[in-house]
Amino acid sequence: MIKLKGIAVSLGIGIGKAYRIGQEEVTVPKRKIGHEEISREIYRLEEALIETRREITSLQKKIFQELGFDHSKIFEAHVLVLEDRVLIEDIIQQIKNKKVNVEFAFWTSIKKYMDTLLKLEDDYLRERVNDIDDVARRVLRKLLKKEIVSLKDLKEKVIVVAHDLSPSQTASLPKGNILAFVTDVGGRTSHTAIIARSLGIPAVVGVEIGTKNIKPGEKLIVDGSKGVVVVHPTERILKEYQKKSQQLVKARKAFHIPKVYKAQTKDKKEVDVSGNIELPEELPLVREYGAEGIGLYRTEFVFLGRRDLPSEEEQYQAYVNVARRVKPHSVIIRTMDIGGDKFLSQPQVPKEMSPFLGWRAIRFCLAQPEIFKVQLRAILRAAAEGEMKIMFPMISGIEELRQAKALLEECKEELRREKKNFKADISVGTMIEVPSAAMCADELAKESDFFSIGTNDLIQYSLAVDRGNEKVAYLYEPGHPGVIRLLKHVIETAHKNKIWIGMCGEMAGEPLFAYLLLGMGLDEFSMSPPRVPKVKDMIRNVFFQDAQRAAEKAVTLSTAKEVEKFLQEELKRMLRNEYERIVLT
Amino acid sequence: MEEIKEKITVNNPHGLHVRPAAVFVQIANKFDSRVFLEKNGERVDGKSIITILSLGVHKGMEVTLIAEGNDAAQAFAELKQYLEKKDD
Repeated sequence: MIKLKGIAVSLGIGIGKAYRIGQEEVTVPKRKIGHEEISREIYRLEEALIETRREITSLQKKIFQELGFDHSKIFEAHVLVLEDRVLIEDIIQQIKNKKVNVEFAFWTSIKKYMDTLLKLEDDYLRERVNDIDDVARRVLRKLLKKEIVSLKDLKEKVIVVAHDLSPSQTASLPKGNILAFVTDVGGRTSHTAIIARSLGIPAVVGVEIGTKNIKPGEKLIVDGSKGVVVVHPTERILKEYQKKSQQLVKARKAFHIPKVYKAQTKDKKEVDVSGNIELPEELPLVREYGAEGIGLYRTEFVFLGRRDLPSEEEQYQAYVNVARRVKPHSVIIRTMDIGGDKFLSQPQVPKEMSPFLGWRAIRFCLAQPEIFKVQLRAILRAAAEGEMKIMFPMISGIEELRQAKALLEECKEELRREKKNFKADISVGTMIEVPSAAMCADELAKESDFFSIGTNDLIQYSLAVDRGNEKVAYLYEPGHPGVIRLLKHVIETAHKNKIWIGMCGEMAGEPLFAYLLLGMGLDEFSMSPPRVPKVKDMIRNVFFQDAQRAAEKAVTLSTAKEVEKFLQEELKRMLRNEYERIVLT
Repeated sequence: MEEIKEKITVNNPHGLHVRPAAVFVQIANKFDSRVFLEKNGERVDGKSIITILSLGVHKGMEVTLIAEGNDAAQAFAELKQYLEKKDD
């Protein structure tokens, strides 16, 4: 038995067999063939190409159904690679002239083209070599008769183990077959973590000594609450975890309480508890866990995993779908929060040394108004069909907010001229996630309809800690006095200026800190859906007055440890025998 | 047999990357004519996605489009239009 330590990013316990995802080494045998074998080798090539084609079109259909037309388009290119006559001719010539087996001819030929692409001075095409590589491996497996078991064909559910998972890899995974995720890299806000949380699948990322020692098929326990992966557990440990896991499932079922379940303290202070989503598919999950509104609708997914830009119509369809389904409750839609390099493949966009401090989110959008305005127009139109509010990420000062609002006004004017239906009085919020914005909250509040604090970034920026870096991740402390004093300042400033304030970062979803935030007067708590029940349970079991008093005291403490310990003791007293269930599990 | 040859500036925002290259090949495949693309003296088969990709064509680059065959005129016109289109 080995215990691996990592970062706990998605609650729950997964027990099952490891399924490794990654690039396996390819070994292609070389064999001289006789003249009489040539036609048979060519026949095998044709057969493998046809079979692979069948495989790809069925994958395309599946992605089309799950993610829509745009994500499935890339497979058309894959099919064209299989039909590529220059490539096929090249392979056949090798078989005929060099008298080598088809596997070897195929691999050397396609490798030659991949190498050419790798030499191009074009980041995007270099990346896309993966597409061709993927097709090539599929064909090779057919030729070698090595059927790689695909996840979707598995009879049993598995634990996905990988060095890292790309957005497109995660997109093509059959979610129903996954018990847990384990990866070498990443932190709480990495892509895998976000997806895992939104799907309610346990996950441990940033495994310290790596997952390389985990062999395919090996029995694993993934504890997504503690950040522990047990490889090859003993009977005793296994029994222990099985019991724990059953308790969790039972506890989760117990949360299925009807909608009337308000987030109201014992002394009748009511707050909003809403869900964070990325994909419309997560909406049922939000409701299942008892939240109604959406405090953060991330729009990055409309842009990722593709190379062209989504049209206004396409974006409108995506946003209006969410607005309509959540109506009459509100949806806060965040404009794109991605790096500029994701959009422009031209070599003039150099790799950034510190992407977190670089050209992204509102900075990119303001520099590329023609891209940004397409999204703004789509949002304005979608907002007419539901309760949609707009929020700008990464604002560092008032000028950026003004510029963004000016563009929004321009879009309104255009839509008005075009006689299109849109919401003219859409609420505009500022995301508070850059420390300078927090310090200038008074200025920003005067020109915003609401605030939403993004704690994941605010904490990283305030403490100068990259959470994805395992060496310094321990410094990421939400309870750090510097952080909580900043939060107190922002919340008070918002209220002084008569605007409401929410939080859409992880911190709002942790009952311990949610208690502190409640006491500070936060109006809205938005979190990944599975966290909703516990936060609501905490709120319903405490008095607002106690929370206020606790918040006053907490900001006078001098270390994160003291803050956490103090909050734990407070909540232990309030929640009594419910404490363990609500705060610790 | 007709041969049409002309220099064209690629306006597609993504040049001839995977998806636009795929569309290009799909258009070319509709015709009997042979189609070629030339960049810096290198000539590739316009019905082969792999070789088109290997040209590494970006937006704003100049390529020579060649169509040769019975339906060359129409093939040339459609492909030229696609390459010059500003959005995809």
